[in-house]
Amino acid sequence: MSSDTAITPPSRAGDVPPPAQGDGARSRRRVSRDDLGLLLGLPALCAVLLGGWALWRATADLDDIEARSLAWGLIVELFGEHLLLTALSAGAVILTAIPLGIALTRPAARRAAPAVVTVANFGQAAPAIGILILLAMWLGFGVPVAVLALSLYAFLPVLQNTIVGLQGVDQTLVEAARGMGMSRWSVLGRIELPLALPVIMAGVRTALVLAVGTAAFATFINAGGLGSVITTGLYLFRNSVLISGGLLIAVLALLVDWAGRVLELVATPKGMR
Amino acid sequence: MTTTEPTPTTDAAPESVSGAEIVFDRVTKSYSSQGRPAVDSLSLTIPAGQIVMFVGPSGCGKTTSLKMINRLHEPTSGTITINGKDVRGQDPDDLRRQVGYVIQGGSLFPHMTVAQNIGLVPGLLRWDKQRIAERVEELLDLVGLDPVRYRDRFPRELSGGQQQRVGVARGLAADPPVILMDEPFGAVDPITRQRLQDELMSIQSELKKTIVCVTHDIDEAIKLGDRILILQEHAQIAQYDTPEAILSAPANEFVEDFVGSGSALKALSLTRVEEVELTEWTTATVGEPVGPVLERARAARQKSVVVLDQRRRPVDWVNIKALTGETVPAPVDEARDLHQIDHRATLNDALDTMLVSAYAGVIVTGRRDQYVGVATFEAVTALITARNEAARQAQEDADEQ
Repeated sequence: MSSDTAITPPSRAGDVPPPAQGDGARSRRRVSRDDLGLLLGLPALCAVLLGGWALWRATADLDDIEARSLAWGLIVELFGEHLLLTALSAGAVILTAIPLGIALTRPAARRAAPAVVTVANFGQAAPAIGILILLAMWLGFGVPVAVLALSLYAFLPVLQNTIVGLQGVDQTLVEAARGMGMSRWSVLGRIELPLALPVIMAGVRTALVLAVGTAAFATFINAGGLGSVITTGLYLFRNSVLISGGLLIAVLALLVDWAGRVLELVATPKGMR
Repeated sequence: MTTTEPTPTTDAAPESVSGAEIVFDRVTKSYSSQGRPAVDSLSLTIPAGQIVMFVGPSGCGKTTSLKMINRLHEPTSGTITINGKDVRGQDPDDLRRQVGYVIQGGSLFPHMTVAQNIGLVPGLLRWDKQRIAERVEELLDLVGLDPVRYRDRFPRELSGGQQQRVGVARGLAADPPVILMDEPFGAVDPITRQRLQDELMSIQSELKKTIVCVTHDIDEAIKLGDRILILQEHAQIAQYDTPEAILSAPANEFVEDFVGSGSALKALSLTRVEEVELTEWTTATVGEPVGPVLERARAARQKSVVVLDQRRRPVDWVNIKALTGETVPAPVDEARDLHQIDHRATLNDALDTMLVSAYAGVIVTGRRDQYVGVATFEAVTALITARNEAARQAQEDADEQ
């Protein structure tokens, strides 16, 4: 995935849509129809896919190897591991990339922003599996290293969207806020961040989706996750297992993407929807 | 608007002035070490309780000068004092909370409601919630927006003019003695701008703040300003005087060019509608039985009536043929632009408004938008003719001497 998918065009927060005339034109709908379709449609699709797979799993005639690789308990456990890897790395990215992005838009550090973004680009440009293996060779196997690798990979979209989102905030609003006597911190917290939040959240969603896909490689360094279902299928020549693994990861990715969209919608301030 | 002599500081201050005097003393602002400073040694006194307009070509340093008052820009040298206190001796954030700030287009925060926008500075000053809510209500009322209808709206749900009104209310929120305005009415259409100017003047006549307002529009400066500061490059004062003095005696060629020729027509900008002899028009109150209204209109030989609401604010101007029901109806379309102007509007505004009016006249309102009378086209032109005649006479007298 290239980095530019992460960047929503910077919406100028100060731009004012055409004035509503009287009460009648006042928009009471907060969620557009497109959004609604996605919000309801995606979980429905996931439910159908998962249900179909579960039905197949319950009724199909599986040999011993297949039955063991696709045991209910194991799948649930791997699902949980996969989610944990995704959540931990997304959390790590949010906790580091957003503050860094904020710092890089402050006057003192503004000039450093392009250089830092370039460095962050390395993380994304390098193949995910390459980073994972290199880090594992250096730091050893296990969940912490997998989380570190996934975080490096998902770092850029959040960093870049934080910077772009904050830069997109109408500077006259920032000056207005300063001119009214708000301190720098309170301008950041009460004006800049709320206005930039939709763009930042779009970055977080991209990071989540990147992390959930890349977490499939975690199995190579003994960090668990649904990737092991795929590798088992490959090593033991069981296509049913292989496809099951792929399907489950795809469903998980869709669900995570959906959660990201919900997050984006919730994060958009009321007056701007 | 009776002072004609150029008197920068010695005006008898009007009673109950809540404004503060601002003094610039050799204020300089340079952005780079080489070249002439953007603002070069500006010295100026802004009297308490007056509206002073900063005008000049773009890049003349008028906005920089304004922003140095609340320290959005810091002077390189020189001092600015508000009521004798050096602004640089105060914490910038504290200072700015004492100085109202109104910006082009309102610059409302889009993620906050109207009430939150207005209540922001009082909140910073730690007023309690109850007091902020009351203040918001009071201010919305002052700028002519119904608090119940508008306080919980978001800025994008307002028209440009309404946003600008909220912007003015926000600037007034903490009742600051000084209000800075940066091209406050630049982003709205001419009719709305004229309304907003009228409202600002009527608000100022109640509050008597010190208002410093940057504009590039000389007509706006003439209309609103008690005093006008015309700046040349590097914030050099070309002239600082009352509008009357600037129009009648431009200090130099620059001012003459900037103000424009045709001073007889400029007088249109100086003469207020309140000087016009207003015509008594038949009025009706919403909900009143139609019968007596029609009788009154016929007695006055008028074919239309001005409809007022319970607070005597004009809401409609209807032909008597349209009054067919039992009682006088409230206007169907509230957003419809009623052709009314404030009594402090200029003749220029009155003529502009008449051009788009269905009747050869315009409704004049007084304090708090209450109905005063109707200025007819004849009355306005009669006044202009009289003024021009007087001016010509004066010119002839002067030539003879």
